[in-house]
Amino acid sequence: MPRTFLPFEKPIAELERKIEDLRTLQEEGVADLRDEIVSLENKLKLIQDNIYGNLTPWQRIQLARHPKRPYFMDYISYITDEFFEIHGDGCFRDDPAIVCGFGKINGRSVVLMGHEKGRSTKEKIKRNFGMAHPEGYRKALKVAKLASKFGKPIVSLVDTPGAYPGIGAEERGQAQAIAINIKEFAYLPTPIIVIITGEGGSGGALGIGVGDTVVIMQYAYYSVISPEGCASILWRDASKAPEAAEALKITAQDLLELGVVDKIIPEPSGGAHRKPAEAASILKEFIINEIDKLSVVPAENLIKARIEKFQKMGTIKSSP
Amino acid sequence: MFLRRKKPRPVTKKEIPDGLWVKCDSCGEILYRKELARKLWVCERCGYHFKIDSRKYISILTDEFKEIFAELTPTNPLDFQDYSEKLEKDRKKTSLNDAAISGEAKIGKHRIILCAMEFFFRGGSMGSVVGEKVKLSINHAIKRKVPLVIVCASGGARMQEGILSLMQMAKTSATLNLLSDAKIPYISILTNPTTAGVMASYASLGDLVIAEPGALIGFAGPRVIMDTVKEELPPGFQTAEFLLEHGLLDAVVPRVELKDKLISILDFFKS
Ligand SMILES: [Zn+2]
Repeated sequence: MPRTFLPFEKPIAELERKIEDLRTLQEEGVADLRDEIVSLENKLKLIQDNIYGNLTPWQRIQLARHPKRPYFMDYISYITDEFFEIHGDGCFRDDPAIVCGFGKINGRSVVLMGHEKGRSTKEKIKRNFGMAHPEGYRKALKVAKLASKFGKPIVSLVDTPGAYPGIGAEERGQAQAIAINIKEFAYLPTPIIVIITGEGGSGGALGIGVGDTVVIMQYAYYSVISPEGCASILWRDASKAPEAAEALKITAQDLLELGVVDKIIPEPSGGAHRKPAEAASILKEFIINEIDKLSVVPAENLIKARIEKFQKMGTIKSSP
Repeated sequence: MFLRRKKPRPVTKKEIPDGLWVKCDSCGEILYRKELARKLWVCERCGYHFKIDSRKYISILTDEFKEIFAELTPTNPLDFQDYSEKLEKDRKKTSLNDAAISGEAKIGKHRIILCAMEFFFRGGSMGSVVGEKVKLSINHAIKRKVPLVIVCASGGARMQEGILSLMQMAKTSATLNLLSDAKIPYISILTNPTTAGVMASYASLGDLVIAEPGALIGFAGPRVIMDTVKEELPPGFQTAEFLLEHGLLDAVVPRVELKDKLISILDFFKS
């Protein structure tokens, strides 16, 4: 399988290729290279730890947008025993940029929803690169209400550059759809677990991003504006996005410190795209624990705590 | 007489300039300032609604107003470059601490909580203070059992407060559930412009959502949309009238009728 590497991943890619070559030689019995392979593997680990331990915010954003990063459908296939997709907003259209459905996770009935960017070019176009229209948010609300009617927990995976800024989206009330979702999700009488798995693009993320527990994967980000957009506004130059990424404080660690996420979900060394199955299994374990924890809390307590959680966010001074 | 126009109104950041005469941003008519003020800053020729500050809305809409939560002041939580200076500049310009002013108000015989956004403070953008003022205004309306009116004017979230400004959307919208529970009416008035993070939260969530004629209302800005779709935007796109036609507003009410209409609405809820 061809792999895509980011510029800063190049040393890793080269070393991996070398190790693979040696392995092939070893298997073919050309020479005994086991010591050499072990030593290169140790070196690889060191290089990886060094590169991934010192990522700039901009490099983290590249990882969050990595073309091989696992998407919603990938996580569904790793995490759920079975999945039944629920389509449509019941009014206008089925928006493929958000996928919703019933799933079973180790026997537990769960409603899952999330943005799907699509892997192939055709799929990306169909799914509008994970940028939802109002009907996508309305579908999510429809399914979320179904979940709460039957007391099923909701797991929402956020991964979008943002809600789609288009003519039809405006004509059909993009702002209104997101506003209603934010309000309604804050008040649904069922556990809601939100995981930012890739890009947490502003209002488009928040439209399915209000929950009892909000966590972020190690190399995901969450921001009020894209670094490119911020740089265009501030310096009239989108190429200054790396500086904007720094200024906006959008990495997992920043978000934890700002009190916007409850926890960082660790990713396999090098990021979820390098070991998707391992990333999914870490995520699955977290989801199961969280569902079991929240499922015993009475719904009214959940709602009260959920509203209070968001009411606390922000920093304010009180001056006489 | 207000004329319905399909042309998008210019969205200028500038305030009404000083001087005896004022030129209409929309039709270019030269208007006598005193007369324009008497007409509530609406062009008598074309019906263009000039952008006015929060205090003018307070004086247009209310008979009494006592400010609350005035002590709330913004911080620079991300140490964002030049943000503190920009806040200071707008504080001097508007003599407000941030882009919203809340108060206990009387309109006709009705007691209400009014929150008016201030466009001339950082483009009415929503940071922690605006979000907090809206939240506290909601809570205060619940406590006093009086209706809530919010006059919206905002370009969206306050970029310099980063993710915390996005979270104000959640803070305000989540709190509105408590107002709904208490069955207290909330009327949202959208003025030019109301977009992005504010429109995608409390501005859209009124029991009634009404707008001033010609106001630019939407999620994304017209420039962003044009850059994305690479085609001409339909005539009148994202104006209040456009939203009304698309079923996204409860009513469009000219500024001169706003107070009377608001009183009738409050009467309706009360009796
Ligand atoms: Zn005019």
